[in-house]
Amino acid sequence: MAILVIAEHDNKSLKDATHKTVTAAAKMGKDVDLLVAGKGVKDVAAEAAKVAGVRKVLTCDHATLERQLAESMQAVIVPLMDGYDAVVAPDTTTHKNYMPRVAAKLDVQQISSVTGVEGADTFVRPIYAGNAMATVKSSDAKKVVTVRTTAFAAAGDGGSASVEAIGDPAGPFKSEYVSEELTKSDRPELTAAKVVISGGRGMGSGENFKLIEGIADKLGAAMGASRAAVDAGYVPNDWQVGQTGKAVAPALYIAVGISGAIQHLAGMKDSKVIAAINKDEDAPIFQVADYGLVADLFKALPEFEAELEKAGY
Amino acid sequence: MKVLVPVKRVLDYNVKARVKSDNSGVDLANVKMSMNPFDEISVEQAVKMQEAGTASETVVVSIGPSKAQETIRTGLAMGMDRGIHVETDEDLEPLAIAKILKAICDEEKPELVILGKQAIDNDYGATGGMLAALLDWPIGSAANSMKLAGSDMTVVKEVDGGLQTVKLTMPAIVTTDLRLNEPRYASLPNIMKAKKKPIDAKTPADYGVDTKPRLKTVKVTEPEARKAGIKVEDAAQLVDKLKNEAGVI
Repeated sequence: MAILVIAEHDNKSLKDATHKTVTAAAKMGKDVDLLVAGKGVKDVAAEAAKVAGVRKVLTCDHATLERQLAESMQAVIVPLMDGYDAVVAPDTTTHKNYMPRVAAKLDVQQISSVTGVEGADTFVRPIYAGNAMATVKSSDAKKVVTVRTTAFAAAGDGGSASVEAIGDPAGPFKSEYVSEELTKSDRPELTAAKVVISGGRGMGSGENFKLIEGIADKLGAAMGASRAAVDAGYVPNDWQVGQTGKAVAPALYIAVGISGAIQHLAGMKDSKVIAAINKDEDAPIFQVADYGLVADLFKALPEFEAELEKAGY
Repeated sequence: MKVLVPVKRVLDYNVKARVKSDNSGVDLANVKMSMNPFDEISVEQAVKMQEAGTASETVVVSIGPSKAQETIRTGLAMGMDRGIHVETDEDLEPLAIAKILKAICDEEKPELVILGKQAIDNDYGATGGMLAALLDWPIGSAANSMKLAGSDMTVVKEVDGGLQTVKLTMPAIVTTDLRLNEPRYASLPNIMKAKKKPIDAKTPADYGVDTKPRLKTVKVTEPEARKAGIKVEDAAQLVDKLKNEAGVI
């Protein structure tokens, strides 16, 4: 079967989420093509052509695709689907935005955020914030699938796919981009970081997140937060890890002052190693933590940072 | 401007979902059910718009079992004008829901439909986008704020890297995220008043929509459980374990 994977990129470089989605798609069938839709995406397309297992790279280079808004993405993808049995995209906000549109236009029930692929038509996906895993079999002629990328290994490089430009999306569109306010950070991106350190309501204030900043610097970690900390206004929403935020699966996840609500665990329990610092020894986070430290975080964090320093970090 | 808000009755967000022993699904017998939290935010937004004079009529819709009427009443108690209940005992997929909503929109002709960005039971996050495509309307997903200016709606959306602002030509679909507003609690007088507000009783057949499921649930299982590890004495031991035992720093 022929599968179209939609690339995650920022018009400059290809993102790791693409490689992971290719791995998921390859479990459905062997003919995997990559679509790079954006503006000025020549470099991205060149990178995409190197992803192992990709047959062909399609590029659509157009001004309305610069931010990959929903209507223009729909206009690019739907006509292409005559030649494909499935379309697969990462479940980041960009793709969550238009994939349901594509599914509805194809009269297909979308299969969202899959964590397992058991063949061309059968998928495993978390429901109820990851408290249950549903295995579903699709009877639709074409499949529309989004992928929880943390559940799949990244496809390597070494491919040499051909690159082919396709026609412009047909407008007009009833939505337009106005502006963007992106959180500026020198730290790694939350979903791609090897180490993530997150603070919860126990941090007490946004100011106190400085206590984990030094540790994040030493470990090259991304900083995250629980929904409680976001709701309390301590940190921006895009730091949120959990059912209603981002799903992360780093090698090390450090939860600080986070009780471990179901909704938070849903976003981080696939981490390889979990460490937790919390003063409440009965906090549910300790039931999933490989290493738990029962301590007042205001004392433990400076000590942790000092110990890292001693250990040469 | 008429505003339509679809709401779903789901397992209360404070209740832990338990998988049935026969692996056929999640046990919903005798557990607390509530309005999907994102839908509460949608209702609040519609009521706020009515209070501000930008919405002239607010309609709350629910597609579900007879008890979904309670969820509609909750919306009416929060301030919505009237309800539409499309009764079905099937757990319809987002595609079927979107098709019914499209038919309702064709009848009701709202200029704005506000939906939650996802329902916290099945977590598809698809209904809003599907409805937008079926109507050929623009969408502002995961709204953090929204503002009407003439015939345009400016929506600030939550995106992975921060916030993105888009301008939609009305009519439009907006899906709500957590920070859009804080839903109100219905006051007792408003709960009493809501009992007198009209709810239209409908069925999927009234809209001539094929609701046959496209997905077959093969099984529903408990997620793989993580085991609790060890407690460390202090920060020094934590660093030692992470470095020398786990090898992750």
